[in-house]
Amino acid sequence: MAVQNESLLWQAIKEYFESRVATIGLILLAVIVSVALLAPYISPQNPYDLMSIDIMDSKLAPGSKSMDEAVTYVLGTDSQGRDMLSSILYGLRISLGVGVVSTIIALIIGSIIGLWAAYRGGKTDAFIMRTVDLQLSFPAILVALILLAILGKGIDKIILALVIVQWAYYARAIRSNVLVERNKEYVEAAKCLALPQRRIMFGHVLPNCTPELIVISTVKVAGAIALEATLSFLGLGMPITKPSLGLLIANGFKYLQSGYYWISVYPGVALLVLIVCINLVGDRLRDVLNPRLKR
Amino acid sequence: MLAFLIRRITQSAVVLLVMSVLVFVGVFYIGNPIDILIAPDASPAEYARAVRDLGLDKPLWEQYFIFLKGALHGNFGNSFVYNEPALKIILNRLPATLELAFTAMFMAVFLGIPLGMVAGIQHDNWIGRNIMRFSILGFSLPTFWVGLMMIIVFSVHLGWLPSGGRGPTTEFLGMQVSFLSWKGLTYLILPATNLALFKTSLAIRLSRAGVQENLQMDYVKFARAKGLSNTRIIGLHVMKNIMIPVITVLGMELGNLIAFAVVTETIFAWPGMGKLVIDSIGVLDRPIIVAYLLITVTMFIIINLIVDVLYSILDPRVRLGDER
Repeated sequence: MAVQNESLLWQAIKEYFESRVATIGLILLAVIVSVALLAPYISPQNPYDLMSIDIMDSKLAPGSKSMDEAVTYVLGTDSQGRDMLSSILYGLRISLGVGVVSTIIALIIGSIIGLWAAYRGGKTDAFIMRTVDLQLSFPAILVALILLAILGKGIDKIILALVIVQWAYYARAIRSNVLVERNKEYVEAAKCLALPQRRIMFGHVLPNCTPELIVISTVKVAGAIALEATLSFLGLGMPITKPSLGLLIANGFKYLQSGYYWISVYPGVALLVLIVCINLVGDRLRDVLNPRLKR
Repeated sequence: MLAFLIRRITQSAVVLLVMSVLVFVGVFYIGNPIDILIAPDASPAEYARAVRDLGLDKPLWEQYFIFLKGALHGNFGNSFVYNEPALKIILNRLPATLELAFTAMFMAVFLGIPLGMVAGIQHDNWIGRNIMRFSILGFSLPTFWVGLMMIIVFSVHLGWLPSGGRGPTTEFLGMQVSFLSWKGLTYLILPATNLALFKTSLAIRLSRAGVQENLQMDYVKFARAKGLSNTRIIGLHVMKNIMIPVITVLGMELGNLIAFAVVTETIFAWPGMGKLVIDSIGVLDRPIIVAYLLITVTMFIIINLIVDVLYSILDPRVRLGDER
């Protein structure tokens, strides 16, 4: 059994790397994730440390040297004299962290609610699904806008808003999955063994739905990161002390007209590469793991 | 049908009521607007008078009921900043937002559908593939990022188009619009394109799928057998059949456009409702925030209801979801 599983996994991995674009995407994503995780160790400067930044170095063009000739700012500096490269590395860390954490929480909450709806059926199901339909009929940005207008700024608040925006999607996805899985033979077999329904649902049906959920959520992380960046750009998301990529772009936006393009363009490029890579990896995972698309 | 309508309207009223409590109480707790509005050196007497004038000294539930009574009469209170009725300020900004949203919708329909049809017919060569690449980009890139790039390329670098604001407007059916004068149009192009990008990508995908599906159908084979020209088959017969679903979906997306206008308006400093609410959140202008959110949610509920009802009338196979 274990051997069979391993070979299937191996097959999937081999199939994944058949696509050159997806391979490049995965490698780039791995690089981005590692530089984001290692930001405090590899970045030239700590952008939060007021001692290490010098206002005299503000708005320097990419490649210029600091006042004391000690440091070269590869990507230039912002209006406070912060090294853009360091800011971007720290910003990546925040954007990625917020996106991943909120998606995982939304995935867990949405799965539990969706599974519960499918398991209970009847009125509970109807009520939960109505709520889901209702929430999904509003665009994510409007829901997030309402929540953040109420909650105010903060990293915990933006995570909460992203969770509330996303949970309904997972609840619906897992419910429809469960309704399909429920009619399969292994569930009948489990019923014949007289296992309690709860155990069948959580112990047998749920594990069979997880691969697909993981694939969906990979793509959804990109959406969460984009939404967080948008909200931060609007000045609704992250506080000024925790600059995510969106906030960095917003800070540079003011100076765009004056020709200091690098303050917002480089964080923008970082955000773009991050989102495109996640989408590439997610799409490829879906193609590889979705049995319906197999030849 | 009637039962469905009654149920939906009741449901919508409950949603609105819950929303109003949530938004009102939530916005109330963000911060004390009085600290922002009054000069720091104001005397205690002036302070007390300002609090009383704004009705902030009453208990929260009483403030809510005063607000609810007013809201039902279309009175959301005076803006703290402009000292004018919040509803009036928002309605003043509404035409700008609607103009932007409808221009974007127009672009999505007249660019997206033809492009999607071309992609559907030429699906195996470079034209079709490039159109699809464009639509994937349109889907995955954040709107504000694209807007930023547009400003850098078209207004900072090339200097062709203005980067923000609305420019001169002309009067049209009692509203101020930009699209009638050449100068006004130059201000409209960038924001409208930015807002249209997502919907154009959507229209491309929908009409491509529609064309591919319809080309397999018997009526196309029959038309070919009859010897009709390819242009006529695609331009007339296929076109008619794909228009219905595409237009329906785009109609549903109209509300989305108004919500997403928040982002586009902020980037391009377009003086619409979206820019107003973002500015108001910044200065905690509570009546405006609350009024904007409630008006937008109401618009949404109404649009969704109309689309659901229209859909069931247009396509009898769709059953309204009240039999569960």
